[in-house]
Amino acid sequence: MGGRGGGCLNEFMNNPLKIAVASGKGGTGKTTIAVSLALTAAAAGRTVQYLDCDVEEPNGHIFFKPQIHSRFPAMVALPEVIKAQCNGCGDCADICAYNAIAVVRGQVLIFPELCRGCGACSLLCPKDAIVEISRPVGNVEIGVGAGVAFVRGVLSIGQIMTPAVIAAVKGAGGDQEITLLDCPPGTSCAVIEAVRDADAVLLVTEPTPFGLHDLTLAVEMTRALKKPFCVVLNRFDLGDDKTVAYCREENIPIILSIPDDRRIAEAYARGEALTEVLPSYAPVFTDAWERLLAWCERQIPRKKVPVPLDQGKAATS
Amino acid sequence: MKEIAVISGKGGTGKTSLTAAFATLGGKKVLADCDVDAADLHLVLHPEIIREEIFIGGSKAAIREEDCTGCGLCAEHCRFRAIGYSVTTNGEQAEKPIINPIFCEGCRLCARLCPVEAIAFEPAESGRLCVSGTPCGPMVHARLGVAQGNSGKLVTLVRQEARTIAEGEACELIIIDGPPGVGCPVIASITGVNLALIVTEPTLSGRHDLMRAAELTAHFRIPTLVCINKWDIHPGMTERIEKEARDHDVLPAGRIRYDRLVTDAQVQRTNVLACGDSAVGEDMKAVWRSVESALSNQ
Repeated sequence: MGGRGGGCLNEFMNNPLKIAVASGKGGTGKTTIAVSLALTAAAAGRTVQYLDCDVEEPNGHIFFKPQIHSRFPAMVALPEVIKAQCNGCGDCADICAYNAIAVVRGQVLIFPELCRGCGACSLLCPKDAIVEISRPVGNVEIGVGAGVAFVRGVLSIGQIMTPAVIAAVKGAGGDQEITLLDCPPGTSCAVIEAVRDADAVLLVTEPTPFGLHDLTLAVEMTRALKKPFCVVLNRFDLGDDKTVAYCREENIPIILSIPDDRRIAEAYARGEALTEVLPSYAPVFTDAWERLLAWCERQIPRKKVPVPLDQGKAATS
Repeated sequence: MKEIAVISGKGGTGKTSLTAAFATLGGKKVLADCDVDAADLHLVLHPEIIREEIFIGGSKAAIREEDCTGCGLCAEHCRFRAIGYSVTTNGEQAEKPIINPIFCEGCRLCARLCPVEAIAFEPAESGRLCVSGTPCGPMVHARLGVAQGNSGKLVTLVRQEARTIAEGEACELIIIDGPPGVGCPVIASITGVNLALIVTEPTLSGRHDLMRAAELTAHFRIPTLVCINKWDIHPGMTERIEKEARDHDVLPAGRIRYDRLVTDAQVQRTNVLACGDSAVGEDMKAVWRSVESALSNQ
């Protein structure tokens, strides 16, 4: 890490740093940015993991080409009735807030696609006649690619429990110094699950009316979650200047601007990491990474993570 | 009356720009923006809101601090990690838990478990539904509240409202601008439609996401077309995607070239076809003709 504030950054980095890369609008370049920053941080000597939390449409593997060394299913709890104990009272159907249980003539019917796994039915059944079993809703894959630890989740087709798969991806993560979470687009429950444990959020946008409108929604979401955030402006020479004006008015730092470069689009199309095939962008990302770290240091309150005393001394010496 | 859903798998492939162009073509129709957590169609169709309704997606729990004894039973059992203790700047944990409404899924378990009935459970506004008029016909759109769940339910409401209007005004077609992904709001957007049009781009990501979206439409037995936007960014990939799509019974509906006019039109808050004659506009019209013919062959 370059001179400016290097010692402080080292001390700061004793705490693992989790950065979520999100956007309101889809297709603004989340994956390009998350992959490039992960590679840049790894090149700067950090241990890095990339968590693909866009489990409905994960694409990070296309760029990391990881060796997957383990796979496991992402599970959610699903109630099951022990018939011998059930007296058909119907309390479970009343308790379920999602209409996932119906009791018809003493028979309990469970609709797995409506169940959100809250556990209320099994906990509150007066006869203890409901147990929870696990059912798979997707898969988690763990591996390594391009010197970066890689985890991705894949929601099974037809399933709706996107947040559960995202939670499983986060749970499979390691204790690397840097975590980059590649989030789904939008502002609803899936994004919130991806962002909720991050220390800071990068919002990737483009300066078009759609990009700006969805950025304002993403900003509202990030503020509601009380996360520090900054903006990456992709294809900055496209569209109009309203996004830059908005960021200025709202005091939102733009940490990185990337031009609308056909070569970037082509590298993306072929599944090649930007900083590897277009070396002229490597210093752009190195600068952005240092700016981002310095910004994180200012924005994120020191976490109460115990640091071994000797390590702490080493960092400040 | 028929329904067509424009979806994509991958976000940002041009669903809304294409839907806005479709809006100006063909006969009487109702437009339904089902991308309720990042709705953009209204930015180019200039709807005049006729009616606005509050959407109650569910209820949320809240602890009445004065009644709470701080036993912690609620926090222990909340599966959604919605109940926690605030921590002061000097690291001390508060005695009584609080519920963060953003994470509350409204299961009511906490309120049922609370031994002193200190948890209130009230319906919460989680969005707005709007019925509007546009120069292209009636439009139903919505806005999910910030950090709210239950987008699938709101999508279903948007579609119900669109159907009611279509029946009332004898419209023959509903065009749905769908969300990205393959999850809950997408499923709510496509169930029961007559045709799905997947808009993708000639990239490995676009191809990967198209195949997942096509798997989803096959799962629900929905006839599906694919249209490749910005096809000339990578002609070889376009060929490959179209061939793979055919192998999965997804027929190509046409190709749309890359043209900055599409972005310029958006900046001018209009659709490509309103910007005069253009090659990219003709591409979109050709896709529309494929859609119309697929619908009439059903």
